[in-house]
Amino acid sequence: MNVFDSLGIALTALRANTLRSILTTLGIIIGVASVIVMVAVGTGARSEVDRQIASLGSNMLVVFPGSTRVGGRAGGAGTRLPLSERDMQALREKIPGVVAISGLLQGTGPVVYGNANWTTSLMGIHDQFNEVRDWQVIEGRGFTANEVKTAARVALIGKTVADKLFNGGDPLGATIRVTNVPFQIVGVLDSKGQNSFGRDQDDVVMLPMTAARGRIVGRSKLVNDNVGNVHVKFDPGTDLAEAQAQMENLLRQRRSIKPGTEDDFNVRNLSEFMRARTSALTTMGWLLAATSAISLIVGGIGIMNIMLVSVTERTREIGLRMAVGGRRRDILMQFLVEAVALCLLGGLIGVAIGVATATGVALSAQWPILIAPNAILMALGAAALTGVVFGFFPARRAAHLNPIDALRTE
Amino acid sequence: MDLSSRADEVIAARPSSKPLIEARDVSKIYTVGEQTVRALDGVSLSIQLGEFVAIMGPSGSGKSTMMNLIGALDVPTKGAMELDGRNIATLSSDALADLRNRTIGFVFQQFNLLARTSALRQVMLPLLYAHPRPADAEAMARHRLEQVGLKDRMDHYPSQLSGGQQQRVAIARALVNNPKLLLADEPTGALDSKTSEEIMALFCTLNTEGITVVVVTHEPDVAEYAKRRVLFRDGHVVEDISQPGFMGRAAE
Repeated sequence: MNVFDSLGIALTALRANTLRSILTTLGIIIGVASVIVMVAVGTGARSEVDRQIASLGSNMLVVFPGSTRVGGRAGGAGTRLPLSERDMQALREKIPGVVAISGLLQGTGPVVYGNANWTTSLMGIHDQFNEVRDWQVIEGRGFTANEVKTAARVALIGKTVADKLFNGGDPLGATIRVTNVPFQIVGVLDSKGQNSFGRDQDDVVMLPMTAARGRIVGRSKLVNDNVGNVHVKFDPGTDLAEAQAQMENLLRQRRSIKPGTEDDFNVRNLSEFMRARTSALTTMGWLLAATSAISLIVGGIGIMNIMLVSVTERTREIGLRMAVGGRRRDILMQFLVEAVALCLLGGLIGVAIGVATATGVALSAQWPILIAPNAILMALGAAALTGVVFGFFPARRAAHLNPIDALRTE
Repeated sequence: MDLSSRADEVIAARPSSKPLIEARDVSKIYTVGEQTVRALDGVSLSIQLGEFVAIMGPSGSGKSTMMNLIGALDVPTKGAMELDGRNIATLSSDALADLRNRTIGFVFQQFNLLARTSALRQVMLPLLYAHPRPADAEAMARHRLEQVGLKDRMDHYPSQLSGGQQQRVAIARALVNNPKLLLADEPTGALDSKTSEEIMALFCTLNTEGITVVVVTHEPDVAEYAKRRVLFRDGHVVEDISQPGFMGRAAE
């Protein structure tokens, strides 16, 4: 009697009780499906977060001007002191490790080219913005320092805007009207896809900071050289926490904030923020892993239970097999193979459900479908192991039946 | 003593050769709670190749225990039990399984066919457990099914067969390994009288073809077919006689 004979017998036995077999393997099905979903969602989410971090730019800190708080009451719009060109200049000069720095003003407005018009996101930037955010210009060129200084009427456009206005034509050198002012397109930006909130990052027109100021956001009453948020890129070797503390100190001094009062700005490490979200996902992953482990154990006990029932039901058959020459190990193997086959059957159903669920999750979250073959093999391996562990006791019981008693059983 | 010496005479009268089954002063003692039950009490019995023996006795007489020993399903508490020249008390569980596989074909009262398994597969079952495994298992099984008259029932399941046909499948299964001994336990107990006659006639035919047949039964009608009758009572052989048997009577 070899394994294939045993497998044939096992499948016949399982087919005889199809419903019972499937119900028995429910624990295994859930366990395996959750392993697959866990791994797929985990890797999918991580790759999505990595992609977002990469799209933000690495080794970067962002300074946001905040509102003042007085006695727990947040001040309104006019109370917040914007960041100025001079603040930026100070950061560039006094903080060690700064590689590139740029302000960012954001707004929305209409852009027009010929008969085509499109309302899009407008950004006012400095010439180093593309470097800070790892956001390359793939056609044409970026802004020069001089263009930013002189408020040149030049623009960079994103892929979506290029498609909407030029419909496949070459946008380089063309003149578009942004809020009714003509700008010449000097570059097209690399595609970045959606950001973490699902907004299309390629739906954008970038203008020099100086040209944008007052057009896309109103001029500040407090400073006339508002630069919005300041994005600072550091040398890869820089300790960002240290740099963050230095920046906070510098800005507190410059903005004359008394000791003991709150900052009226925020320095943030956006990739840390993203990573924190990933760690929440990792925690969820561990919870799912615990669920699958428990499912497999509960499922295994179910398998053991049903195999004990099966051994009892088939006592005469076992007696007969022994009478015609079946050795103990043949009987042991037969029931062990049956338990493993049952678990693998549940495992395969679980894989199907898991893959379907993971695909659904990936599609709805719009991240890549990452179903690792390793995860499937691991899950099936775990199912088979469950079969061996929990099938062994019933199989041993079958193998040690006394053939005379077994044959006499009703 | 008188009876066992008489059994010796019967054996001595046969052509001398190594007996297929030889029990020498065999006892089987069970302990049930604090009571000890002597199911067999110093039994000596010898069965030669080619015999057709009916083992009889009321329930509790020890005949089933004797059958288990003959079938190598159990070993004696005392005494020597030799099957085909091998003392079963000295064999391992695996060796006993192989001995049953090679030497003995079992036929049971309740047929003991596997559910949802075709007649052909049923008959092939002992070959699956054979060492080495025959290459032409299916042909051997087909041959035996033809021999018991089920040529056109090979793919039928037990549920599609009558009681007599099921017992024929079981007999084909018992024969498939070319055993020396066909050991039947109340083979007609679940059959009507006409089918019983057919099955017993089949045993007689097989016996004339050379196979040793041992039938355990409490029905005198069935025992009539055998050429030798061994009667058990209270763990002893109380009668061991030769008789003409079915073939002998048919010839009269």
